[in-house]
Amino acid sequence: MPTVEIDGRQIEVQNGATVMDAANALGIAIPHFCYHKKLSIAANCRMCLVQVEKAPKPLPACATPAAEGMKVFTDSEYARTAQKSVMEFLLINHPLDCPICDQGGECQLQDLAVGYGKSASRYKEEKRVVFHKNIGPLISMEEMSRCIHCTRCVRFGQEIAGVMELGMMGRGEHSEIVSFVGNSVDSELSGNMIDLCPVGALTSKPFRYSARTWELARRKSVSPHDSLGSNLIVQVMANKVMRVLPLENEELNECWLSDRDRFSYEGLNSGERLTQPMLKVDGDWQEVDWQQALAAVAKGVKNVLALNGAQGLGALAAPHSTLEELYLLGKLMRGVGSENVDFRLRQSDFSADHKQAGAPWLGMKIADIGSLDRVLVIGSFLRKDHPLLANRLRQAAKRGQQVNLIHATDDDLLLELANKAIVPPQELPEMLAQVLKAVAEAKQQPVPAALAAVEVGEQARNIAASLASGARAGIFLGNFATQHAQATQLRLLAQELAGLLGASFGFFGEAANSVGGYLARAVPGAGGLDAAAMLATPRYAYLLLNAEPELDCHDPRAAIKAMHATDFVISMTAYKGHALEYANVMLPIAPFTETSGTFVNAEGRMQSFNGVVKPLGDARPAWKVLRVLGNLLGLAGFDFDSSEQVRDEILKPGEVAARLDNRLSGVELQTPAPSDGLQRIADVPIYFGDAIVRRAASLQQTRDAAPPRAWMNAALLSKLGLADGQPVRVKQGSSEVGLNAALDDRLPRDCVRIAAGHAATRDLGPMSGEVRVEPQK
Amino acid sequence: MLSAESLQRIDREIAKFPAEHKQSAVIAALAIAQDEKGWLANETMDFVARYLGMPPIAVYEVASFYNMYNLEPGGRHKVTVCTNLPCALSGGADAAEHLKQRLGVGFNETTADGRVTLKQGECMGACGDAPVLLVNNKRMCSNMSREKLDQLLAELK
Amino acid sequence: MLDYGPDAILMKGLDGSNWHLKDYEARGGYGALKKILGEKITPDAVVAEVKKSGLRGRGGAGFPAGLKWSFMPKQYAGPKYLVCNTDEGEPGTFKDRDIIRYNPHMLIEGMIIAAYAMGTAVGYNYIHGEIWAEYELFEQALDEARAAGYLGRNILGADFSFELHAVHGWGAYICGEETGLLESIEGKKGQPRFKPPFPASYGLYGKPTTINNTETFAAVPWIINNGGDAFLALGRPNNGGTKLFSVSGHVNRPGNYEVRLGTPFATLLEMAGGMRGGRKIKAVIPGGSSAPVLPGQVMMQTDLDYDSIAKAGSMLGSGAVIVMDETTCMVRALERLSYFYFEESCGQCTPCREGTGWMYRMVHRIEHGKGRQEDLDLLTNVADNIAGRTICALGDAAALPVKSFLNHFRDEFQYHVDHKRCLVDVPGGYFTAAARAEKAA
Ligand SMILES: Cc1cc2nc3c(=O)[nH]c(=O)nc-3n(C[C@H](O)[C@H](O)[C@H](O)COP(=O)(O)O)c2cc1C
Ligand code: SF4
Ligand code: FES
Repeated sequence: MPTVEIDGRQIEVQNGATVMDAANALGIAIPHFCYHKKLSIAANCRMCLVQVEKAPKPLPACATPAAEGMKVFTDSEYARTAQKSVMEFLLINHPLDCPICDQGGECQLQDLAVGYGKSASRYKEEKRVVFHKNIGPLISMEEMSRCIHCTRCVRFGQEIAGVMELGMMGRGEHSEIVSFVGNSVDSELSGNMIDLCPVGALTSKPFRYSARTWELARRKSVSPHDSLGSNLIVQVMANKVMRVLPLENEELNECWLSDRDRFSYEGLNSGERLTQPMLKVDGDWQEVDWQQALAAVAKGVKNVLALNGAQGLGALAAPHSTLEELYLLGKLMRGVGSENVDFRLRQSDFSADHKQAGAPWLGMKIADIGSLDRVLVIGSFLRKDHPLLANRLRQAAKRGQQVNLIHATDDDLLLELANKAIVPPQELPEMLAQVLKAVAEAKQQPVPAALAAVEVGEQARNIAASLASGARAGIFLGNFATQHAQATQLRLLAQELAGLLGASFGFFGEAANSVGGYLARAVPGAGGLDAAAMLATPRYAYLLLNAEPELDCHDPRAAIKAMHATDFVISMTAYKGHALEYANVMLPIAPFTETSGTFVNAEGRMQSFNGVVKPLGDARPAWKVLRVLGNLLGLAGFDFDSSEQVRDEILKPGEVAARLDNRLSGVELQTPAPSDGLQRIADVPIYFGDAIVRRAASLQQTRDAAPPRAWMNAALLSKLGLADGQPVRVKQGSSEVGLNAALDDRLPRDCVRIAAGHAATRDLGPMSGEVRVEPQK
Repeated sequence: MLSAESLQRIDREIAKFPAEHKQSAVIAALAIAQDEKGWLANETMDFVARYLGMPPIAVYEVASFYNMYNLEPGGRHKVTVCTNLPCALSGGADAAEHLKQRLGVGFNETTADGRVTLKQGECMGACGDAPVLLVNNKRMCSNMSREKLDQLLAELK
Repeated sequence: MLDYGPDAILMKGLDGSNWHLKDYEARGGYGALKKILGEKITPDAVVAEVKKSGLRGRGGAGFPAGLKWSFMPKQYAGPKYLVCNTDEGEPGTFKDRDIIRYNPHMLIEGMIIAAYAMGTAVGYNYIHGEIWAEYELFEQALDEARAAGYLGRNILGADFSFELHAVHGWGAYICGEETGLLESIEGKKGQPRFKPPFPASYGLYGKPTTINNTETFAAVPWIINNGGDAFLALGRPNNGGTKLFSVSGHVNRPGNYEVRLGTPFATLLEMAGGMRGGRKIKAVIPGGSSAPVLPGQVMMQTDLDYDSIAKAGSMLGSGAVIVMDETTCMVRALERLSYFYFEESCGQCTPCREGTGWMYRMVHRIEHGKGRQEDLDLLTNVADNIAGRTICALGDAAALPVKSFLNHFRDEFQYHVDHKRCLVDVPGGYFTAAARAEKAA
């Protein structure tokens, strides 16, 4: 633990700390460009040169180890001369047109040039011109002459995103940041490069030249997409969201955002926004005022109650709704006597209901994932479902964490896996059972009777050995496991395994409020119907909250059928969408940026936020709409003045922990029994997952948003006599759609991967189960 | 994409390095690929990337960093003359001038008949034999007087 | 017979074709290795002998070889590497090529001994891409050594294994810089790494690595055979042994000469046949293009060893002696060198990437009659702003010529600025106005 002195102040630092670290700890700012605390040290910009006593030349603070007794001067004449000379070099080839640069006002180079630059340049030679490039819909490389070669973007790809998509080609003055000839940048974390670029070389394509930074108000918010709860800075101008940036939170998103969190705001400004209540009158949609609309809703609901009773109602909410919205929806339903409320729209196995000790959650702090030394991920499209959790595992794996995977696809997670078992979906429980058995045997513990016949294979044994060899293990069930037809068995197996290993176990969580939905009791109580049951036998009226059943439900076909078979559908939604086909009332509600609310993330962290802009048009926060509805229905306890009041009625932040519990009781382990036939594997691609992101125009142009295809491995294609790219009919039960066949050899045998959450596959059945594929005639 | 013989040569290079460091063979692999194809097209670099388990952009970085790779198709022969100071002092610059005149091209240009691409080289570590030049990267010609230059040009069909 | 001069010990008895293993053995080759393994001389004793010899790195910086070897961690679980730098791209240097084509086994034996001394099991010799024939020849020599049991498992039956491979560059001067070279072996762009950490703790693949120049390793067998003291005695204190000097430029017999360190420059010039055409010596770059230029008269008074040349204001460097006579236009000469560093900058650090181009463009303008008065001071200032502020020494290497040329020959630069033409107007001279006019006619 060396002690160093910087600008006359002493500090003790960790072994291996640099002068930059020491200065940061002292709050001394050293100018820099290439240095970034999350990236490897490149020491190439030379802006951080400082004077070190006895050193024959100025040294880069970012790369110089702090040594015992070292005396550093960051602001001496000597240091400043060096820093200024570097600034001069940086500026000789940099365009000096800040007023027209998109980065103007938030440019590190501009900021530092003020302090370290000269007013007139001594450089009288011709300036370098660097040709622009096209690397896809999100990042603009129009202004590459501005690049200062700090290589932050390149290092980001290699080290954080896990995929090197940008590189610095050429040599010397001719070196340029490029992607491989003509390739786009496809990483789901790519937008961070925009933040990392200290100049205006990489800028946001959707935002480009739409506003000057100083015109933007900065407001805090929380991402509504995945279960991480990334903290956002939402930038606003004239009551419109113009851009989203990360709000640093080391315990959650660190300094990053996934592209989904960053660019989905375009969906908020989509032309499909519903801005006026609408009522279907004699088959035609009419714009009405709120009073009319709500009166119609109350009347409709009362009608059903009178004719069909409370069981005739069903309420379905998207898990991206706020805690308050989910709670009031449940409260409303219970107020009229129904327990038919659910937010778990993509779940198919509800056999754990009423047998769980508390709300299923991650089982640990997100920040602690990195300090596990053994991990088992079960059923997860990890990178696309949880881009930043994947990053935590990626970084931990580099430090020696062994990550094991049991899943149905072998998508490249861009992290080093210790072991993986890729099996058809229906064999997931059997594979997990093998691991459980292997661990039990190794630990000389009794093997559960139901697993007596399970034969332990080599993969399972390797996974078991990996898990058993560490001190701290974590077992995580991903979205695919949560949505699995045997989700409860998977969960029970994971629970048993965790018990044997003394490991932590939990769920990654599908959405922003997957934990919050349970805390808000937006799940059926005794006698209530779960999401699947509500659709299996159509209700007489549905209350939809932020949900687009044809895209958000496990069985979109059943959902559509149910919607059409029903007399009265009330859609509380921010968008027009397909509800126009089947709804009777459309109530324009505010997306997360236009309302206050709360998300409870995977680790049980309650994050409340305020609206950052006023609701668009006549849209209203859903909690207010539900409050009024409660009143109109004559229900007690709906007199809330603020969303905070609603939240406080649900629970206080300090009460969350006690409500989280993954334990199941009263469920029996079953002997895993695989089924035959071609099995569907349905992922929910990263930009198909919820109503907002589906309308984010730029994200929809990325490779990840490519329309679904019927992916199969080569063996299956040839067994079916199909060629890569050939049009096929995919049949599931009585439903069918036309898609193109496609080759993916990372799929297990006899499986067809067909994405959910997209209009092209909404006429298919459940996200799992048997399918048939035939050539298009 | 590459011939069996080239792949065999690449495998020999890979074997020089620890198994987890196949990437170490990329410089040799690209040189071998260039021997076979004459230049490094994107498909070729992509192939090498896959063969060595590298990101294509990392292969491109290498291919564009080292001078002796041809990233564009050129003439049937590449002639690289050293014009660095030690050589220039002993006729290297004159040799380059002579070649330019005889071929009617400047540096980085190819003769109209597609016969020769002329390049300016940096020190080849042979300054004692100036003027020196390389034919197709691998054949070094020393003490290139005007007569010997003319002979060489006559030989390069 | 190849003649490297009367003092030659490393390059003695060579005729260009007697490089094979049997020839080398006939000259007593691999005797040093046999002695070490036979007499069970300890690795530490080998390092001590090399320390005693006063052998300094022949690649440029002149760092004591034995000391460098002693930095390798002894107790290290996992691989350590030995790397030889035959990237020889420093303009004016062409000695290592002779070693690997005329006496490759001397290098191989030297590396085996070094591997023994430092406990490394794998080595690489990185060979300049431009000398393909030599690369192939060296591969053959390696095959011979493997077949004879000098390389591989249990060398000569001892409990010592070492495998050595040849790898080649493909045209990037910066790969001669040791960490750029390591990056290149790792299959990347040859961009130097910031030091510390030094290769001895974080080298090839992040493992402890020692890297020396070809000539450094090549001297080791002689040192073991004859003792460190004998080697030291050949030269001067702190400057042990003989050294190969590559003489190029305006001399009658350019080539490599092996002389004792401390030999007067005048003697070397004589060995190289004296000045071409009997012209007057104007300037000498004594240690490769990166070393400061010295006026001829200064050089004529200087002895060829690390300390003497340093005292005279330059560096022995790689031992590449570039001799320029009175017909040389120093502006044009500097223009060519500046172009070289501009071309070869790897591009990662700001001062070198931006500054080398700036300097080259200024010198280019001056040479082409477009110089401005303020350019002269600006050049020196830009050079000062590069030197010592970069990741690797290429920044210094680019700055030193500029500074030294302006320092010693400022009048010529001034003349170019004032008169838009060359001061040196000797017919037939290098790059002078007269020479160009002559050619044009
Ligand atoms: C730009 C640059 C180029 C260099 N080129 C060479 C070279 O071609 N050969 C060489 O042996 N050393 C070269 N060096 C020096 C090496 O970095 C290193 O010091 C040397 O290989 C160490 O070996 P030695 O101690 O035996 O001299 C170069 C250094 C720099 C900064
Ligand atoms: S000094 Fe030049 S060559 Fe050396 S690392 Fe920096 S940019 Fe590269
Ligand atoms: S300067 Fe031309 S080969 Fe050395």
